[in-house]
Amino acid sequence: MSVLAHVFEAAGIATVVLSSVREMAVKVAPPRALHCEFPLGRPLGKPGDAVFQHDVLRQAFALLDAPSGPVLVDYPDVIEADKEQVACALPPRYDPSLPAAVDEANGLRRAYDRARARRGVTSVGRVVDADGVPDAVAVLVAIAGGAEWKSAGIPGGNTTALCHDIRTYYEEAALELVNGPRPGARALEDWFFDQTEAGKIVLQARAAIRDSGAKAPVWFYMTPAHRL
Amino acid sequence: MNGDQAMRAHSATLPTPRFSDPAFVIPPPLATATVAIVTSAALHTPQHPAFVGGDTGFRLIDRDRRDLILGHWSPNFDRAAIAMDLNVVYPIDRLEELAARGVIGAVAPRHVSFAGNQPDDVATIRLDTGPAAAAVLRADGVDVVLLTPV
Repeated sequence: MSVLAHVFEAAGIATVVLSSVREMAVKVAPPRALHCEFPLGRPLGKPGDAVFQHDVLRQAFALLDAPSGPVLVDYPDVIEADKEQVACALPPRYDPSLPAAVDEANGLRRAYDRARARRGVTSVGRVVDADGVPDAVAVLVAIAGGAEWKSAGIPGGNTTALCHDIRTYYEEAALELVNGPRPGARALEDWFFDQTEAGKIVLQARAAIRDSGAKAPVWFYMTPAHRL
Repeated sequence: MNGDQAMRAHSATLPTPRFSDPAFVIPPPLATATVAIVTSAALHTPQHPAFVGGDTGFRLIDRDRRDLILGHWSPNFDRAAIAMDLNVVYPIDRLEELAARGVIGAVAPRHVSFAGNQPDDVATIRLDTGPAAAAVLRADGVDVVLLTPV
C-alpha cells in the first residue's frame, strides 16, 4: 500500500494510507499515513460500526491538510485480536458412517446457504463450491489418515485454495450461527481450527504433508503461519 | 505471540523499495475532491477473473458494486470481517455518506483492487500495473486516493 501511494502521487493523485504495519510505513514513507493498530484484515477497525469507521476516515482525510510530507500519525485507539471464544453451535452427528469432519461439513450447509442468500455472494469457489466441500474435506481426512497426498485427489491440485474454500465455507456459515455480539478479530479462525472437526483435519493433513517431505509451498499456506 | 503480532513482526523484516525525491501532491479542498479507494484485499466481482497466487494485476470495481469476493491468498489475517461488513476493508458506503453530507466532493465512479501479497521486489506494481491503475483513476477525475491494506 505504501509503495502504491508513491506510484499514485507520481501520477498526480494525492493519497492517504491506512497503515497496518508501522515499521513498513516508516521505511517506505508514503506521503501521508494514518497508522491503525487494528487486527489485520480490518483496516477500518470495527465491522458494522459506521461511527468508528467515519472517525478513522476523518482522521485519515485530515492528513490531506499537511503542507508537506511524509506525514505519519497514529490513530489513538488500539484494537487487539479478540481472545474471547466465539459461541457458535456445531451440527450434531447425523451420519455415523461418514468421517466426523465430513458429516459436520454436510450439517453446516443450510447455514452456509442462508449466509450466501443474505450477502448475495460467497468467497467459496476457488477450486470447489459448496457442493464440493464435504468431498474436499474427505480428501484431507484421507491424507491425515496416511494417504499419499500426491495421489489423494486434491481438488485443483492446490492445497492453499482448497483450504481457503473449506475455511471460508465454515466461517461464512458460522456468521449465521453465532450467538451474541459480532465475532472479534480471529475469533472465527480460532473457532475453525480449535473447535471444528474440519479445522482439526486441516491441521493434521498439513502436518502429514509437511512430514512427508513436501516442499513448503505445498503445505505452509494451508493454515495461518502461527498455527504450527 | 498471536497471529497479528507474528505477521507484523514478519512484515517488518521484508525488503522495501526506497523512493528518492518522492512526489507530494497538494489536493483540492476535500469538499470538492473526487475520492477513490485502492485496496490490497484482492476484492473482485463474480465477473472478474479471480486473483491467482502472485497476481500483480488489478481489478476495477464500479462504484455501485457490493457483491465482492475475497480473492486474497494469504490465510494470515482475519477474513471473516469482510463477510460481516465490506466497509471494514472497502469503505464504499462511508464514502457515499461523506459525499451526501458534502464532506467530500464526489465518490469516484471506479475503485481499484490489488492483491496484498506481492512479489518481494514489487517491481510490477511499481513500474507497470500501479501506474496503469493510476492512469485509469486520473482519467476518471480522481483527486484523492484512500489506500486500505490487507
